[in-house]
Amino acid sequence: MYRNIVLLLVVLCAAGGCTSIKPWVSPYERNNLADPIMSFSRDPIASNYLEHVYESRTGARGAEGGAGGGCGCS
Amino acid sequence: MRAVPKAEQGAVVVAAKRLRLGALFALLPCLANAAILPEDRADVMYHGYDGGGLEVSGPSVLVRKGFNDKVSVWGNYYVDMISSASIDVVATASPYEETRHEYSGGIDYLSGKTMMGFAYIRSDEDDYLANTARFGISQDFFGDLTTLGISYARGWNDVMKNGDPTFNEHTTRQDWRVDLSQIITPNLVLNFGYEGITDDGYLHDPYRSARYLDASSAKGYGYEAEVTPGTKTSSAWAIRGMYYLPYRASARAEYRYYTDTWGVEGWNIEFGYVQPLSYGVTLDLSYRYYTQGTADFYSDLYPYQDSQNFLSRDKELSEFSSNSIGIGLTYAFGENLVPYFKRGEFSLFADYIEFSYEDFRDVLKAGTPGDEPLYKMDSTIIRAFVSFWY
Repeated sequence: MYRNIVLLLVVLCAAGGCTSIKPWVSPYERNNLADPIMSFSRDPIASNYLEHVYESRTGARGAEGGAGGGCGCS
Repeated sequence: MRAVPKAEQGAVVVAAKRLRLGALFALLPCLANAAILPEDRADVMYHGYDGGGLEVSGPSVLVRKGFNDKVSVWGNYYVDMISSASIDVVATASPYEETRHEYSGGIDYLSGKTMMGFAYIRSDEDDYLANTARFGISQDFFGDLTTLGISYARGWNDVMKNGDPTFNEHTTRQDWRVDLSQIITPNLVLNFGYEGITDDGYLHDPYRSARYLDASSAKGYGYEAEVTPGTKTSSAWAIRGMYYLPYRASARAEYRYYTDTWGVEGWNIEFGYVQPLSYGVTLDLSYRYYTQGTADFYSDLYPYQDSQNFLSRDKELSEFSSNSIGIGLTYAFGENLVPYFKRGEFSLFADYIEFSYEDFRDVLKAGTPGDEPLYKMDSTIIRAFVSFWY
C-alpha cells in the first residue's frame, strides 16, 4: 500500500514538472462545471450517510464518494 | 458464557462499527474544491435504514460557517438508534436495542490555492468508543483544472463487552487517502481516488459466532467464538466521471475496486443522473452493482470445532452481490426571502438494495446443516433533510 502511494505521488510530481502543459479549459468556459448538479457530493450530510450504509453492508471500505467536481475556479 | 446477552450486544458492535468507518470521509468536505471554501449552510436530516431485521434511524445535524473567506468551521451531531432482529441475532439470541452518538467537528483554512483541514470525530456507545483525527491538504494546479488532495487519519478505539466489565481491548487505525480531480472538457470532470486503511488490534467481534458441524447437537451444528487476524490492510481505488449533458442535466459513472489482506476482493459500478425539473424541483436517479469474493478464512459451516486458527461467519466476509436503485427529489425554496438567508432546499431520497449471498445460509429455515437455502435480504434507506444557505 505504501509503495502504491509513493508511486502515485512520484507520477503526480513528474506531471507537475511538465510546464509546457497549458490549461485547456478557460475560466469563462466553466459555467456548466460550476452548476451544482455537477458536484459528486451535492449534499454531504446525505451522501456521507449512504456511504456509511454501503460500507456497513459490504466487506469493502475506502475510496467512496469522490472529491472534485464543480468548476475548480477561485 | 451467556448466549443471549452475548449475541445481543454483538450485533450492536457489528452495526455501529461498520457505520462508523464511513464517517471518516465526512470530515473534510472542503477537499472537493481546493481554491474555494465550502458554502455556509446548515442541514438537518432524518435517516432510516430497514433491512434484514435491522432498523437504524436517527437525526443528523451539520452546520458550517466561514469567516473572512479564509477559515471555515463545521460541526456534526449524528445519532444511530438501532433495533435489531437480524439473522445473526435471531439465530443465537433475541432482539436488542442500542443507541450510538457521534460528535465531530473540523476547521478548514484556505491560503491561495491550498486548502488545509483538520477534523476530529468521537463515537460513543455502550461497548465501543472510537476517536479519530484526520488532517488533509489539497492544492489546485494547471489553471485550476487539477485538484490534488491528500489526507491522513488515525483512530484509537476501545472495544468493550457488555456483561463483562473486565473486558477491555483496543484497536488502532491508520488511513491514507489521495484524490485527484481533473477537468477534461468544459462538460467533463474525472476523479481518481485511492485509500489505504490498516487496522491493528482486537479486530474480531467479541460476540459473533462461527458455526461448525457437531453430531452431538440436536441441530447438527454448534457455535464457537469468532477469531480473526489481528491486522487488516485494505486498498481501494476508484475512478469516476461526471458529464454535463447538452441540456441542463448531468450523468455520472463510477468503477471501484477493493482488496484486502484477509482475501476479500470486490468491485462496484455505479451510474447516476441528475435532472432539474420545473418549479425548483430536481430529480436524482442512481443504480449501483456490487460484488465481492469470500475472505480466506470464512466459512458458513466449519467441519469441526477449532478446525483452523481463524474462524468467521460474518456474512460481510462471504461471497455475495447486491443491486441498488435510488431516487431523490429536491425542492428549492425561499431564495433571498429574508435577510441573512440565501435559499433553502427540502430533499427526500429513497434507496432500495437487494442482496444475494452465495456462501451464507439461512439457518432459520429447515435443511441439512450446510444445505439450508442461501440467505437473501433487501433494504430500504430513507434520507429526508432540509438545508439552509446563509
